[in-house]
Amino acid sequence: MSLADDLYRETILDHYHNPRNNGSIDNASATVEGVNPLCGDELTLYLKLTPSGLIEDVKLTAHGCSINTASGSMMSEAILGQSVERAQKIIEDFKTMMLTKEDETVFEDELEELEALRGVKKYPVRIKCALLPWNTLLEGIETARQAQAK
Amino acid sequence: MSSSIDFDVEKIRKDFPILDRVIEGKRLVYLDSAATSQKPSQVIKAITNYYEQYNANVHRGIHTLSEEATAAYEAVRETVREFIDARETCEIIFTRNTTEAINLVAYSWGKQNVLPGDEIVLSPMEHHSNLVPWQQLAAEREAKLVYLDLTEDGQINMETAAQLIGPKTRLVAITQMSNVFGTINPVKELAQLAHKNNAVILVDGAQGIPHLKTSVADLECDFYAFSLHKMLGPTGVGILWGKKALLEAMPPFMFGGDMISSVHRDKTRFNELPWKFEAGTPNVADVIASGVAVDYLKNIGMDKVRAHEIEITRYAMQKLSEIKDIVIYGPLDATKRGGVVSFNINGLHPHDLGQILSDNGVAIRAGHHCCQPLMKDLKVMGTARASFYIYNTLEEVDMLLAALKEAEKVMGHVACR
Repeated sequence: MSLADDLYRETILDHYHNPRNNGSIDNASATVEGVNPLCGDELTLYLKLTPSGLIEDVKLTAHGCSINTASGSMMSEAILGQSVERAQKIIEDFKTMMLTKEDETVFEDELEELEALRGVKKYPVRIKCALLPWNTLLEGIETARQAQAK
Repeated sequence: MSSSIDFDVEKIRKDFPILDRVIEGKRLVYLDSAATSQKPSQVIKAITNYYEQYNANVHRGIHTLSEEATAAYEAVRETVREFIDARETCEIIFTRNTTEAINLVAYSWGKQNVLPGDEIVLSPMEHHSNLVPWQQLAAEREAKLVYLDLTEDGQINMETAAQLIGPKTRLVAITQMSNVFGTINPVKELAQLAHKNNAVILVDGAQGIPHLKTSVADLECDFYAFSLHKMLGPTGVGILWGKKALLEAMPPFMFGGDMISSVHRDKTRFNELPWKFEAGTPNVADVIASGVAVDYLKNIGMDKVRAHEIEITRYAMQKLSEIKDIVIYGPLDATKRGGVVSFNINGLHPHDLGQILSDNGVAIRAGHHCCQPLMKDLKVMGTARASFYIYNTLEEVDMLLAALKEAEKVMGHVACR
């Protein structure tokens, strides 16, 4: 199997070339930066929560490879409009899928696209590219919650 | 295909068993020698032979094996001395790698000689290994780091260098050849500037010595550091060469066995050069194999190595420059650079490129090349880098080009976002 028919399958390339929720939020609840120092992937994540804890808006500005950009784009679609608790569960499932050797993660229909990233596991050095947006999101949620608690 | 009548690349290739490897059903095209070179079977056999025939600790035993091991280990010092045209064998110190050699100077010479307000002059194209140790030393000693200017095509601006290297300069630390641009730096001119200001110059030869005939006397430098694994030797062996007077005045860097001449309960007398700087059991097998690597290069002749690399580099730069939307970094003239070609193709991330190339059997480096400040200057995340050595052929450059076309196809090459 080669990248041509697997890793870069259509879904990933589509998100890479047309990343969803690309941009910034002026009055974000949290703005966090994520960096993979070894490969130079960089992204800024903007998160806006409602007082009741719904993800009202999420935006990303990414300078990374296809995996990194696509993963962030898919993530933004998966969590937009969800409750923080639900988003945390999706993050957890995604990380389990990426970090467990033979995972059995199944996403429900509207999140099915995320499974396209499972192919990245065949290239261990690039798993961190796929994880960067998700780890940054975890940090963003934490930051936003702390800000709300004040 | 050969660059001169008696440089036979096909014959050389036969000495490198790894070049027969098949990756994803395709023959390996190894274009990452700037990271580490491949090893000829002569070097690999020297390691096995040592462990099968005369493995023993050095400088200790009176038995035959130890005597043989000691003689073989020490003989490599002379081989290296001759190869870099140093004056004395005792000026050759074995380390683990270039990084350790530079750290040795930073810790030992640096802490003794760099004072508050002094300046350490570097170039922006230094590898982290010739940058971070000086940055740390400067912070500790309240000294200042001063960066030289670069020209558009990645060469040192010698006009401003003459101002930046001044009476406050204590040390100039410079790479002989850039691992990103391939630029061959005017080390001798910089050494003269340093010495005019009573400063010392350390040269990072990691990228230079595998490819260029090198004489530390001609370079007029004070310290010269390099690694054997980039010049056909095994990993785990580096060399620090320094002028004897400087090395003698420096305190040991690490303490323990082998670096002592006598130990008492409360005090120790240190060994003389070069063992003063070689604490503990050294990497005997790999040092011995390193000597074989140096002999291998010597037999080919460094002039021929260089001629072959100029030919490949010129060809690669010409072919690469035909690609739409490509940016090639560093000097365009192949005689002013080594066989390292860094590039970016607009809209293709170097890591995506590296991965697809790998699936086509082509090994290149993608990333920041341990030169993060330089990447920031260039305003890029990283670059793709192909680097060439004695076993590479023009056909392999064609295979690189074919793989790049494949990558553009797979990625649906779009204009830079």
